[in-house]
Amino acid sequence: MSLVSIDQIHKYYGENHVLKGVDLKVAPGEVVSIIGRSGSGKSTLLRCINGLEAYQQGAIVVDSQAVEDDEYKLRLLSRSVGMVFQNFNLFPHMTAGENVMLAPKLVLGQDSKTSRAHAQELLEKVGLGDKFDAYPNNLSGGQQQRVAIARSLAMSPKVLLCDEITSALDPELVGEVLKVLEQLKAEGMTLILVTHEMNFARDVGDTVVFMHQGKVWETGPSDEVFASPQTSELQSFISAVL
Amino acid sequence: MMQFSDWDILRNLLLAARWTLLLSLIAFTGGGLVGLCLTLARSLRNPLISGFIKAYVELFQGTPLLMQLFLAFFGLSLIGIDVDPWTAAGLSLTLFSSAFLHEIWRGCIDALPKGQWEACRTLGLSYLQTMRYVILPQALRIAIAPTVGFSVQIVKGTALASIIGFVELTKAGTMLNNATFQPFKVFAMVAVLYFIICYPLSLFAKHLENKTHVTR
Repeated sequence: MSLVSIDQIHKYYGENHVLKGVDLKVAPGEVVSIIGRSGSGKSTLLRCINGLEAYQQGAIVVDSQAVEDDEYKLRLLSRSVGMVFQNFNLFPHMTAGENVMLAPKLVLGQDSKTSRAHAQELLEKVGLGDKFDAYPNNLSGGQQQRVAIARSLAMSPKVLLCDEITSALDPELVGEVLKVLEQLKAEGMTLILVTHEMNFARDVGDTVVFMHQGKVWETGPSDEVFASPQTSELQSFISAVL
Repeated sequence: MMQFSDWDILRNLLLAARWTLLLSLIAFTGGGLVGLCLTLARSLRNPLISGFIKAYVELFQGTPLLMQLFLAFFGLSLIGIDVDPWTAAGLSLTLFSSAFLHEIWRGCIDALPKGQWEACRTLGLSYLQTMRYVILPQALRIAIAPTVGFSVQIVKGTALASIIGFVELTKAGTMLNNATFQPFKVFAMVAVLYFIICYPLSLFAKHLENKTHVTR
């Protein structure tokens, strides 16, 4: 049974047809890397999965819930789907701990003590146990992104969407974030990443999806896809980025 | 004929300055409340509501405050509603300030990155929770300085209420000039009194601006 099932979705921005019938099935515990040139629709696809973008045709089902353009249903869906952004999007007026505690308190109705303990635990998990009271601006990019991951995990999502989460980081900080993702994979978390980290996609990811011109151009187990790309577009993409 | 000493002039101006201050306070508080409601209503992103608010703002920003005062004072009495200068001045200054304060605050909310809304949405926060815990605390921080700055405009705007017979600082100055025939002295005092009211506000706004720049 797939955790995420995307069936023939089409998405338009006005006249611009950005997703042209995309299919994708993601099994529980699978790590899927979506790669492709900018403008290929990979971020849009990711944002359709949790309803940040509406789509015009097709169907997306996550954890047996249909993703529809309905405020209430999307809020329910948000408990199953976590998201981490390229620019972290931490709340700058709150400490790292408060960032993590906010949604469990407001949405799940956890009391302060429970959410605080849970937040501390999650920050420790991402290696920031001592940064509970630090404000985002006093943290490095890598640390901020790890807080953002902890914040998503606080809602105990079944699948975590990562939208180019290392692209805004200095190169030396990328590793610490990827390490957290590896750890999540080891714990059985389902991950869907839009990424430019080809080594990570190849070595840690289970499946690679290469998107081109709004379509899934080529897909398969990551080692195979990288070792023997079938289409000339993927061949030229891989030779350009690796 | 009664003689006015300098002290008499100043004393009468100071007495009238109370009404300038009170009118400013009414306009600022009233305008703030209406402006806040407009801002919250606008952020619902309902096209009908937003269109209405846009027209409201254009109306009050696109016409002189003086005309608004005239319309409130003379216009309302034409259609049979009798308004005293206090009501007319309070009402038009409130509406005028609400339009400008709304524009300032909407700008502050729009200045926040869209990612803040998206992060809240993916965490399952409702619209009200997003506003209350994430958007407003950040928007308020950047709104304080321009808001205090605008209060200076309100204080100076109250001078126009003198036209409809509201006895505040400017009107008192006109009356004293009629009695003393010393326009330079009287209006210089009027100007100094306005400056004494406005300058601390400007300084305060500047101070706040510097403060919000260094913190996050």
